Amino acid sequence: MTVADPPAPFDPYHVGRGAAPHPARGHGGGGEADKRVVVAYGFWIFLLSDIVMFSAFFAAYAVLAGNTAGGPSGRDVFDLNNVALETACLLVSSFTCGMAAIATGARNKAAFHLMMAITCVLGATFVTLEFKEFVGLIQAGNGPSRSAFLSAFFALVGCHGGHVTVGLLWLLTMMAQVFAKGFRPEILRRILCFSLFWHALDIIWVALFTVVYLLGTRP
Amino acid sequence: MLGKLSWAALPLNEPIPLAASAMMILGILGVVAWVVLKGWAPYLWREWITSVDHKRIGVMYCLLALVMLLRGFTDAIMMRSQQALAFHAAGYLPPDHYDQVFSAHGTIMIFFVAMPFVIGLMNFVVPLQLGVRDVAFPTLNSVSFWLTAVGVLLTNISLFVGEFARTGWLPYPPLSELRYSPGVGVDYWLWSLQISGVGTLMSGINLVVTILKMRAPGMTYLRMPMFCWTALASNLLIVAAFPILTATSAMLILDRYLGFHFFTNEAGGNMMMFMNLIWAWGHPEVYILILPAFGVFSEVISTFSSKPLFGYRSMVLATMCICILAFLVWLHHFFTMGAGGDINAFFGIMTMIIAVPTGVKVYNWLFTLFGGRIRFTSPVLWSIGFMVTFVIGGMTGVLMAVPPADFVLHNSLFLVAHFHNVIIGGVLFGAFAGYTYWFPKAFGFRLDEAWGKAAFWCWLVGFYVAFMPLYVLGFMGATRRLQHYDVAAWRPWFLAAAVGVGIILLGILCQVAQLAVSIRRRSQLADATGDPWDGRSLEWATASPPPKFNFAVMPDVSGEEPYWAIKESAFARGELRAEPHYEAIEMPRNTATGVVSAFFATLVGFAMIWHIWWMALLGLAGAFATFVAFAWRDRSQDLILADEVAVFDRANRAARARAVSGPRDYL
Repeated sequence: MTVADPPAPFDPYHVGRGAAPHPARGHGGGGEADKRVVVAYGFWIFLLSDIVMFSAFFAAYAVLAGNTAGGPSGRDVFDLNNVALETACLLVSSFTCGMAAIATGARNKAAFHLMMAITCVLGATFVTLEFKEFVGLIQAGNGPSRSAFLSAFFALVGCHGGHVTVGLLWLLTMMAQVFAKGFRPEILRRILCFSLFWHALDIIWVALFTVVYLLGTRP
Repeated sequence: MLGKLSWAALPLNEPIPLAASAMMILGILGVVAWVVLKGWAPYLWREWITSVDHKRIGVMYCLLALVMLLRGFTDAIMMRSQQALAFHAAGYLPPDHYDQVFSAHGTIMIFFVAMPFVIGLMNFVVPLQLGVRDVAFPTLNSVSFWLTAVGVLLTNISLFVGEFARTGWLPYPPLSELRYSPGVGVDYWLWSLQISGVGTLMSGINLVVTILKMRAPGMTYLRMPMFCWTALASNLLIVAAFPILTATSAMLILDRYLGFHFFTNEAGGNMMMFMNLIWAWGHPEVYILILPAFGVFSEVISTFSSKPLFGYRSMVLATMCICILAFLVWLHHFFTMGAGGDINAFFGIMTMIIAVPTGVKVYNWLFTLFGGRIRFTSPVLWSIGFMVTFVIGGMTGVLMAVPPADFVLHNSLFLVAHFHNVIIGGVLFGAFAGYTYWFPKAFGFRLDEAWGKAAFWCWLVGFYVAFMPLYVLGFMGATRRLQHYDVAAWRPWFLAAAVGVGIILLGILCQVAQLAVSIRRRSQLADATGDPWDGRSLEWATASPPPKFNFAVMPDVSGEEPYWAIKESAFARGELRAEPHYEAIEMPRNTATGVVSAFFATLVGFAMIWHIWWMALLGLAGAFATFVAFAWRDRSQDLILADEVAVFDRANRAARARAVSGPRDYL
């Protein structure tokens, strides 16, 4: 079917919806949005769904935090110095990730690789610190099987750590892609999604840090 | 080396599963051999299995649903015949097997029939109605479909290798914990659902972005067809609810695999948390299924009444109200938990409130029919059958929303009758209406009407004969999932229900016959113009089946029911508008990423179920390598030349020109 001359606006109930639609693309009358907008928007929706998943783990933690079954509570096992170090690593890595995005904007491959490498090292340090914390707890007999509180703790913190680990794998893949293919449009879109992902993990860590570690060590 | 897997996992001394799996394996081998011998394998691989075309993926989703409907219905026949026989007797299904049958029936019907059916219809129809060329992320769409297929595959493998869950369609702890269910049945459930759930979530994201960011020029929100609105609401619910299912299943997996204590009896676990979490997903899931069906009925009733949908904006509002309220009623699934009068009262009242927007919809459909020139085709019959049946099911639902009444009826056959009343009478009738309505769009010929009407009447009568007795049985105190019973007064009602399932079987046979007859008579049933029903929205503005690129020229929308307006002016002038200027079109290239990553996902799922850790790692590495390979490709688009587009569109225009020069009622 052809569409050369559009027919008159159709308004069966005469409620005046025939007004000219907003001309912007992806908003109203302007047709499909730009590919970059579509991809970033889709990734945002994914991040929201991921946050919903985390919220289920947060809810489970809130329900089970007091169920220590005679075992240790948060005050007994959390080491805030370690957590402060972890937080510093993650927050600084978000900054360097932002620098990598600026390098991408400037199409500067060397700066991009440098900043991504620093982000990677900081992220890996974070994961290592968390891993050490987990190993220490398990060796002291305070593993996830000890109590429902520790189950919920390991699952929530481990879920975040797992996300960071997957993020590191993605980060290395992006570095390899930029190295091999340069800043092509689809690679730029992926870098955008990666940085959204990395910052979202920061946001979740802030919530986690507060709910688990700070509230958990309240006197 | 092979974890828990050994020869003992095969049901070599159990005749029923052995015969069933032998039949299934022979069936699959037969189909594969037929395809290979006919030389269709390369065509299937190139054009379907690796396709990223939303229409083909939609068709494959629906096909998957229809095949699994047969499997789920077989389970239903087994349950009904067992209960007909098991009065003061053991019946023919031992408890161990019977428990797997009802668990598999529910799991398959919800996750692998109803879900793929509505997702398939949305996939096929939404981009066409929005006037665009594909969904937002075509390759992701293919991955989603194949991950759903992995869930189906794993569930069916459980028939032959190991066992399926014996815990009901939702694995309630502590029964589903390792201590009480040490076998692999619950693990099959968990990994099937974990993998297919990722597919569903991705498909939800895809359609939300498609609807919000990719519409034809001029297609503002309040010009979208009703089906697009219900698809939007349904997919928003998928995005918000499915992650909860993923998290809950992950917690149960941790309990079973690593000795966590989320839902256990000991060490502070809280099993009622599972009920809360699973129903925080489960109740929105009900609306994920029913909302697209509401959309189908809106399209069908408006088209076949030859009228615009009555109360379009109230319909939009009702849809979005349901979308939000869906998250505020989950606790009515377990009023008996004992959360207290205040909490039960809140959720009871919310549940009654959610019936209000649904009522608005029913009145709108009735007023659309009122004064219309109604054509009583089989999609209309399904719609009217739905309105009567669904209202009854809705009222029994409101009855159970009263907590004191629920305390009497909880887990009785009354509940079973209620949710079959709304799922069969709502979702399934909607899926069948949509299947009949859009079949000519997908394949270029209509389905045979006589067989279609016969199928409808068998289903409708069969439904009432099968499920009204269950309401009675519920009031008589019969609980769900009984393997045998010794109350003489129940017997006649169980026998009546068994007769009902026989009548539904006749309906399914009519549908099989309908498909076979229609394929043989396809030249008589052909849809030459692409508009077989005198339709109103944009999917009817292109040929049947639509070309890969959907529209030769992007439609320009200047009102509601854009295609109706185009058609009216064409009939008024007696000719089509001038031929447009054709341009080359870029379409995404087909890719094997979906099917290859699904292969690795199957490895991961199977390996995790049987504790074969090296194979799980291999599967994960393979899936990662597949995505990297996809990310490394240099060409992502195929160019379709302007000449090809022109040849295609001119043929369709010729057919439409003939229709336009004839009388207005060319049906």
